[in-house]
Amino acid sequence: MLKTYTYPKFAYVQPQEQKERVARRYPVVIVGAGPVGLAAAIDCRLHGIPVVLLDEDDTVSIGSRGVCYAKRALEILDRLGVGERVVQKGVSWNVGRTFFHEEEVFNFNLLPEPDHKRPGMINLQQYYLEQYLVERCVELGVDLRWKNRVVSVQRMSDQVRLTIETPDGTYGIEADWLIAADGAKSPIRKLMGLEVEGKIFHDRFLIADVVMKADFPAERWFWFHPPFHPGQSVLLHKQADNVWRIDFQLGWDADPEAEKKPEKVIPRIKAMLGDEREFELEWVSVYTFQCRRMQEFRHGRVLFVGDAAHQVSPFGARGANSGIQDADNLIWKLKLVMDGKAPEKLLDTYSSERVAAADENLMNSTRSTDFITPKSNTSRLFRNAVLTLAEHHAFGRALVNSGRLSVPAFLVESPLNTADEDEFAGRMVPGAPMDDAPVGLEDGGKGWLLDQIGGQGFQLLYFTDVAERLGDKLERLRELTVDAVPVEPVVVSEKAGRLDGARVLHDLMHLVAKRYDAREGSVYLLRPDQHVVARWRRFDAHKVRAAVARATCNI
Amino acid sequence: MSLTLTPNFSEPGKRYFRAFSPGDDFYEMLIDAHRDLDDEKSAMLNAQLILLLANHIGDLSVLREALARAREGAV
Repeated sequence: MLKTYTYPKFAYVQPQEQKERVARRYPVVIVGAGPVGLAAAIDCRLHGIPVVLLDEDDTVSIGSRGVCYAKRALEILDRLGVGERVVQKGVSWNVGRTFFHEEEVFNFNLLPEPDHKRPGMINLQQYYLEQYLVERCVELGVDLRWKNRVVSVQRMSDQVRLTIETPDGTYGIEADWLIAADGAKSPIRKLMGLEVEGKIFHDRFLIADVVMKADFPAERWFWFHPPFHPGQSVLLHKQADNVWRIDFQLGWDADPEAEKKPEKVIPRIKAMLGDEREFELEWVSVYTFQCRRMQEFRHGRVLFVGDAAHQVSPFGARGANSGIQDADNLIWKLKLVMDGKAPEKLLDTYSSERVAAADENLMNSTRSTDFITPKSNTSRLFRNAVLTLAEHHAFGRALVNSGRLSVPAFLVESPLNTADEDEFAGRMVPGAPMDDAPVGLEDGGKGWLLDQIGGQGFQLLYFTDVAERLGDKLERLRELTVDAVPVEPVVVSEKAGRLDGARVLHDLMHLVAKRYDAREGSVYLLRPDQHVVARWRRFDAHKVRAAVARATCNI
Repeated sequence: MSLTLTPNFSEPGKRYFRAFSPGDDFYEMLIDAHRDLDDEKSAMLNAQLILLLANHIGDLSVLREALARAREGAV
């Protein structure tokens, strides 16, 4: 098979403490160097937390696997410092075509939202994402240990003890906090005897990475019941390096080993392309999937993230995308707890918030699955009726569910939010993931709101027409910066301006004020993970402090 | 009144953050209503559902248009 990508082989180095035969204690140990574990490790380092990252393998993901990275994940990757590389290497697509039998039923143009930095999603093979994240980890001094496999977990009240197997034998390690990012089969979860509940879908899918030799449009094609693969669905998606991902639904009775053989796969692809366009196979796999999650994502000092905590169907790309959001939600909370600035129960809100997000993801991906692979005659009849109506009617097109684009959850039920007491329009409610918008920077350059916000601590957006007229309010705002949980004031000004002691963002297209329904004096309190947590029409330091206390479980 | 052919699902008092949510909510309710029914019982459910909704709509001009559109796609 052809190779467009050379898999890196990361060097195994015997851990120092294994040589010295002493167990060392670390503040944070992460198990699993997939996209989620790597993202969590980078975020720890950005918060100044020393981190050990263990992985049983010594390379990146084999095969393309997760190929769609959605807007919210890209925004988080921007904060982690790899967003630009991912977007540069990835491919953008706008046009999607939906076919039913022989006919194209409709197509859509998924134009990026205007005046947002990142598009709805890009396509990129998972191995590239992992490679970039590994390189960023190395740059930030993550203690990455390849060929280190956890074989036992012992939970104590104040630490977690691990036994780890390497090519040189076993050794022990102690962790104040353990983050389990070890995937759907999570050995940590099994070693701890924890359950993960949900349902198995009785279906198999063949995925093939194919290198096209001829031009083929950068579009997403989805077939329901095509003549070349009757009764099933097929998806064609473009990735980087002219590699295309093809997904064939096979049904439960298919023999995975037989289906993977090139002599079986190649005729399928030829029938699909319908002509003599040349291609070569790069990678083939057959998968099944489950929709399930753990009851709780926090178990004392062990925190489960990504597929270890929850698994969804692949329709809508909610695996890696939601896992990266888990890390984004967790690390700032862990930092506050480690620093003694918030009680441990703040970590319970990692679980409750991400459980709510996981349930939304499970719901959406299960709905897509039920539409794509109907389980009864009636379900198939309705699916086919929707596809027939979709050709002529907008309402039918809106019901066609070939995978809803992965979008972040609105954490509206979170106990960390302070409920609105003032009237606001729009969707930037407490718990909302922040909308992006273009902003002018103090050096005269143009930037993006989400690049200027988030990461380290809480921030307060203060909206005004002219920054320089803040007067004594500026002093009141600046007092928040020396609180135990500091809040950085950021002034969003309709006119460009500068202030001593507070950053000023110029709302150059008036889109920040518009998207946040802000007027003179409106303030928004923001979490480090770029979620709105409270807002008022008028700044009141007492209210801000009370909201920060609520948002950190300090009440 | 003419037949509505643009997306039209919503629930009073419920706030939707994503455009696809109300339609998907309906579709799930519809498929769930048929769960564990054999084909004959499903057909009976569908027939009753059509009659209930038709009576609710009431306006024969709207129903005439809906019947014509549905027949177009079926034959």
